[in-house]
Amino acid sequence: MRMNEMTSVEPGTKGEAPERTNPARRARIDMRALSPFIALAVLIALGALTSPVFLTLDNLTNVATRASFIAVIAVGATFVIAAGGLDLSVGSMAALTAGVMILAMNAVGGAEWTTIAVGMAVAIGVALACGLFNGLVVTFGRIEPFIVTLGGMGIYRALVVFLAAGGTITMSDWDLRETYRPIYFGDVLGVPIPVIVFLVVAAIAAVILYKTPFGRHVVAIGSNEEVARFSGVPIRRVRTLTYVIQGLCVGIAILIYVPRLGSATPTTGLLWELQAITAVVIGGTALKGGTPFVWGTVVGALILELVANIMVLSDFVSEYLVGAVQGAIIIIAMLVQRSLQRGR
Amino acid sequence: MRKLAITALAATGVAFGGAAMAQDQDYTIGVSIPAATHGWTGGVVFHAEQAAQTLEEGYPGLNVIVQTSPDAPSQASAIEDLAAQGIDALVVLPFNSDELTGPVGALAGRNPDLFVTVVDRGLSDPSIQDLYVAGDNPGFGRVAAEYFVERLEDGAQVVVLRGIPTVIDDERNESFRAALDGSGIEIVDSQYANWNRDDAFRVMQDFLSKHDRIDAVWASDDDMALGVIEAIRQAEREDIQFVVGGAGMKQMVQRVMEGDPMIPVDVSYPPGMIATAMAVTAGSFYSQAPVRGTYVLDAELITQENAERFYFEDSPF
Repeated sequence: MRMNEMTSVEPGTKGEAPERTNPARRARIDMRALSPFIALAVLIALGALTSPVFLTLDNLTNVATRASFIAVIAVGATFVIAAGGLDLSVGSMAALTAGVMILAMNAVGGAEWTTIAVGMAVAIGVALACGLFNGLVVTFGRIEPFIVTLGGMGIYRALVVFLAAGGTITMSDWDLRETYRPIYFGDVLGVPIPVIVFLVVAAIAAVILYKTPFGRHVVAIGSNEEVARFSGVPIRRVRTLTYVIQGLCVGIAILIYVPRLGSATPTTGLLWELQAITAVVIGGTALKGGTPFVWGTVVGALILELVANIMVLSDFVSEYLVGAVQGAIIIIAMLVQRSLQRGR
Repeated sequence: MRKLAITALAATGVAFGGAAMAQDQDYTIGVSIPAATHGWTGGVVFHAEQAAQTLEEGYPGLNVIVQTSPDAPSQASAIEDLAAQGIDALVVLPFNSDELTGPVGALAGRNPDLFVTVVDRGLSDPSIQDLYVAGDNPGFGRVAAEYFVERLEDGAQVVVLRGIPTVIDDERNESFRAALDGSGIEIVDSQYANWNRDDAFRVMQDFLSKHDRIDAVWASDDDMALGVIEAIRQAEREDIQFVVGGAGMKQMVQRVMEGDPMIPVDVSYPPGMIATAMAVTAGSFYSQAPVRGTYVLDAELITQENAERFYFEDSPF
């Protein structure tokens, strides 16, 4: 259903529009947007064959809840990548945000929701600031996003190591932890709160990307920056904003991450950037930019978490080979997707 | 043999104290350790800085320089920089054995009088070092397993979380399995969780889905134990009797001290071993006591009775 919105994006891409009335192309896009869902279905079938407990409600909610951080962060990455950028700093940014948030809550003290609200505001603020920094250096510094965000990755990680003095930053007030805990472990009508969060974030992102001028500008820049420039798209502003949105998404992810273990360590969020980028690509967004599939991204995050889950639940993969099988499944999932697209 | 080593250590400690007054020659000790990139190395940095201070106070004329490095190549450079400052002894906790054997060996070759102390991860060529101080990795697994045997009955089912695939992790695991042999306790599952809390939470959630009955968990690390406990709590499972971590993280030692039934014990792998190494190295200059050799610190079972000895209020770890 989402692909209808996708095609409606096309006119905004200025210069790429003529093909949109071609029914063959429409079908191709349909398939492309559907393929992550097909890969997900295949994976679920595989999981069901592997283990009798795979399809239990508990297991599936566990997996969906665990996927929520990467899903939210990857939604942000969809904006950055769609605009032809890249953000390698999100894992470190997440760790820093979590660390500062916990320190802020410890400083305020008291097991009240107001304390948590202060922490949340601080977290969003830190993440937005990191995102803005990345964006401004990329656009106004005219430096490759790979390099800028690699630098950011080092800076944010070092800052959290510094704040933790190499140890752990932990919520010191046990009662406050108990108050905050339901944000990760709680549910509304059986749906875990983190799952609701990533669905809402993805829905809002889809509206922004597919229904607003800003969304069309993002796609235009990612498709062809020169054309976008001549069409009067404010490139720097739009591109910077994509990094700010990425920051915001990292902040939101941390709001649901912190209540889980109530701590941040120097290893928090390690390799999340790669997981987020993988989720985006599995979801069907091209790394070279221009074709965002927000719902595909969310499915991509679910696929990554499901693969890890199946590995632990199944008995026939040696613990030494888990990494190899995980990698292989992801590559096969992508191959299946590509062949589906070509098949049409 | 370990007992002997510890006794020797205590004896030299006394000897240094007595000799410190007699000599007031100046010596410089360079200490090269990894930067605080995770909890345990954070503890190493803390204990190294503490020891530097107390040793300088205890031995007038002694100068201790502590250098931290974020990775192996920069550690190699840091060791060169330390050498340039005219050190009499080098205490090094290498990032990894192979990459740092060359630089330390070359330095020792140029300065035959340099006293070299290696900590935790041994160099590939042990002839370079004068002194080697390390934790007991096989003992780390064995001590944990002995507690499992003591607490659990024949037919009990346990799951194991492993760290990062390394020699250290292999040694710990092999000895854990070996010590369980013949006890009737069955390891029903084992997975890597990278010494990481989040990964441990994820793996434990899946273990809980997969196995109807788990009697105990060997998390093999305190960080991983914290993730495991949170997963058990969420699943509201009553079958798990206890979780054993390892290393001696402050929060975990505190829970042992408070008698938390879920964390009845911990197994030590003290980051303070850097302080042991520094103290013995300093002692080698200020006393005639022989110090060259290998000191393996016991992996001790931390219980409610002795937990206080393992708790360091100011340490970040």
